[in-house]
Amino acid sequence: MTHFDAADAAIEGALAAGATYADARVMHRRFESMSARNGDVENLTQRETAGIGVRALVGGCWGFFGVPDLADAAARQAGVRAAEIAAASATVPNRRAGREALIPAQPEVGSWASECLIDPLSVPLSDKGDLLTSATAEMRKQGADIATGSYDIWDTRKWFASSEGSRIDQHVRECGGAISSTVIGDGETQVRSYPSRRGQFGTRGWELVEETDLAAHAARIADEARALTRAPQCPAGERTVIIGGEQMALQIHESVGHAIELDRILGWEAAYAGTSWLDLSQLGSLKYGSELMNIVIDPTYPGALGSFGWDDEGTRAAPRDAVRNGIWTGVLAGRESAAVAGLDYAGSVRSDGWARLPMVRMTNVGLEPGPHTLEEMIAATEDGIYMDMNRSWSIDDRRLNFQFGCEVAYEIKHGKLGRMLKNPTYTGIGPRFWSSMDMLSSETVAWGTPNCGKGQPGQTGHTGHPAAPARFTNVRVGVRG
Amino acid sequence: MSVQTETELDLAARVLELARASAGPAADVDVSVGRVALALTRFADSYIHQNVADTTTEVRLRIHSEGRTTSASSTLVGTDALREMVERTVAAAKVSPLDPGWPGLIGPTPVLPSHDIDEAVIEASPADRASRVRDYVEAVGELTAAGYFRTRYWTTAYANSAGQAVSGSCTEAALDAIAKTASLSDGVARQASRRIADIDGAVHGVRAAAKARAWDGAVEIEPGTYEVVLEPTAVADVLYCLGNFGFNGKLVNEHQSFLEFGSTQMDPSVTLVDDGVSAFAAGLPFDSEGTPRTRLLLVENGVSRAAAYDRRAAAAAGIAGNGYAGLDSAAHGMSPHNIRLEPSAGPAPVEVEGPASNSSVQALVAQVERGLLVTDHFYTRCLDPRRVVMTGLTRNGTWLIENGEIVRPVKNMRFTQSYSEAFGPGNVLAIGDHAIALPYNYGPNSATAPGLRLAAWKFTGGASG
Repeated sequence: MTHFDAADAAIEGALAAGATYADARVMHRRFESMSARNGDVENLTQRETAGIGVRALVGGCWGFFGVPDLADAAARQAGVRAAEIAAASATVPNRRAGREALIPAQPEVGSWASECLIDPLSVPLSDKGDLLTSATAEMRKQGADIATGSYDIWDTRKWFASSEGSRIDQHVRECGGAISSTVIGDGETQVRSYPSRRGQFGTRGWELVEETDLAAHAARIADEARALTRAPQCPAGERTVIIGGEQMALQIHESVGHAIELDRILGWEAAYAGTSWLDLSQLGSLKYGSELMNIVIDPTYPGALGSFGWDDEGTRAAPRDAVRNGIWTGVLAGRESAAVAGLDYAGSVRSDGWARLPMVRMTNVGLEPGPHTLEEMIAATEDGIYMDMNRSWSIDDRRLNFQFGCEVAYEIKHGKLGRMLKNPTYTGIGPRFWSSMDMLSSETVAWGTPNCGKGQPGQTGHTGHPAAPARFTNVRVGVRG
Repeated sequence: MSVQTETELDLAARVLELARASAGPAADVDVSVGRVALALTRFADSYIHQNVADTTTEVRLRIHSEGRTTSASSTLVGTDALREMVERTVAAAKVSPLDPGWPGLIGPTPVLPSHDIDEAVIEASPADRASRVRDYVEAVGELTAAGYFRTRYWTTAYANSAGQAVSGSCTEAALDAIAKTASLSDGVARQASRRIADIDGAVHGVRAAAKARAWDGAVEIEPGTYEVVLEPTAVADVLYCLGNFGFNGKLVNEHQSFLEFGSTQMDPSVTLVDDGVSAFAAGLPFDSEGTPRTRLLLVENGVSRAAAYDRRAAAAAGIAGNGYAGLDSAAHGMSPHNIRLEPSAGPAPVEVEGPASNSSVQALVAQVERGLLVTDHFYTRCLDPRRVVMTGLTRNGTWLIENGEIVRPVKNMRFTQSYSEAFGPGNVLAIGDHAIALPYNYGPNSATAPGLRLAAWKFTGGASG
């Protein structure tokens, strides 16, 4: 029995139980994670999970059931259970009954695999352990009180089928790693990380971790963490701020990516993740930011963490503008949310496992490169602050008011970087902030965010964010408790 | 239900036997098995839009052999799949890096019996869950309803090569929902319990709707430091964050926590316990290393007493583990699972008019000369773990209080506040006399909280401008 056979059995079970549409996703995932601390391995986790998740539509309402058993009978029964749950949903129906549940789509048949030069699960554990223990030992030697390093690897295979005739299989390999130095000061902790606190992740093989070259940066970040304890506080007030690429990735994620999720805009996340300040009536006309702001949703971006061939309801990956020349032009949508909103495109529905319902998620949401370089932006700044590397993040339930903390900042005086500053924070209101972006670098990196939480039950999404350093004016900095 | 519990323990024993045969008698081996049946009915725009269920069993195997440790887990529990997992883990253990911090295994140690499970949770059907949602939706009237009702049933077992073999189970039903007016003001109702009968959708719908209506017409006020009354829903966030950053044994070891055992670090009115075994929220009687959980006194009358440890962190601290190992605790630390702020003594609360969730919170409001009533916190994140400095926003209803009365609704504000200092000596002005259990998104975790009156809370900006 193939995995497609299991998916077909689940669909047949759902249809026989009264569903008018059903899809099923068999998923097999292997996960490996190792962490080291102060020169020793601290934790090694290897996880394997496989099962089938079935989505069924009955009376215009949805049900989902997941089971970790790919036998024909279990899969078929999962389909029946999904239909039964959908029938229960129909007892508290949508007031807008009568609409089409899904936008139309042609059946998709195909295969896709992410590019992978070195299978990360084939690299010996001892080699991976040596990488982390040597880097953390070096940071410790250089004065870090706590030196940590880690990597994570996901190897995911999916087989999707639908009652409309789609049959898609995909193989996605993702990995990434990071090191971090913490210094305990007098009533404070200071941290420096490389390449970011959680790491740089992509839909790539172990070559990504090798390119990152953690060991080469160990001594530097330990020195910088120690130096931060002696540095002056980031001043409070309004400043011109240059934000580094890693922090820009999270700025995009939080204040654009989540805001353009169509399920949030429709209120489907109102009780938990929140809604959005965006109103669909303004799609195509709302000014989101300055003319330098061009945001693209692109799940085809090679090697980025949010890349795939098809999303988890069988829509083929395709790039789409979200913001063009500062004007809001597109959303992250699925076939169901698009039907409700009256839009004609989908492609951004994903699930973090066989046991979870696919929902609207970010793919790769990134900023197109600008005309400048970081060096040029610093040189053009008379009085400002350069800050980078996310340390904390918080944003309101409409994705409007944000406050970020970074690991490190530097004064900019007369076009040159000056003193190091500690505890930098900045806060703002999304469209006002983006409208103040007056310089944007061309030095784009597709940063990966492997820990995007959303949904009930909770799901962890993997998203990509091509981003480059950018300059903003009149930004409130230095908020402290 | 004993048959089901024995099944998990049998499975753990079977994997243990396979692993010992493969790894050899000198290896330390332990196996934990967790089975969770989750069903969650989610609604928005007053209809059920996501309705899901799954049942998953996960087996986790750890092997420590010749100074090297590795672990693996799988949801594939067929004989062949388990055998493959064992072989893969044994092979990995041989090439894993050395692990000098291995704390060893717990020997035979009894655990407290699981509290009574609720058969009604286990047997709840999709129609039962939809019925409670319908009750909530109808109770909010012309307002829009969104949220979830869920049931969860855990059975778990643990066995190791040192002779520990235990099992346990728990049930939980929970509702977490808002009501929203046409002008987008909203109110929230939230509750968790071991028993499904404790969750009344209609009562919660009325409460959330009352809050939403009372928050209509909110105005901006100047940021600054205000006295506050926090509803239990907001207090829960404070307790979670104190748990994650303060009572996390790993952070204590690393001197990243504010905790100093034996010192008076909180107001004498504050007693914090972690209690999943005797409280009314769901909790399991042992952790993933087989260490029993008991009622853990974290803060006693303001004096810091204990933190949460797994065996590794406890060994580093020179103490015994107290039941807080998780699958990732070695890397990410451990925190209380069922933290509770002990309420003051008082009569059972009753429903009240207006935005306060009940008469217990209303009594706190009546004590305030000028301050804010805060219903909920949102997206709180840590700026400095040492002082538990958090930034976040108010949500689901905030009101200005003057002379003991609610005088006007206030728009959401951002705060940047040290949570440990907010609980410091002299800063806790009153603790409500009724605590409720509040659900958590992941695992058999919860917080049990009364309302709370605090002397100072630092609001650093408005959320809308």
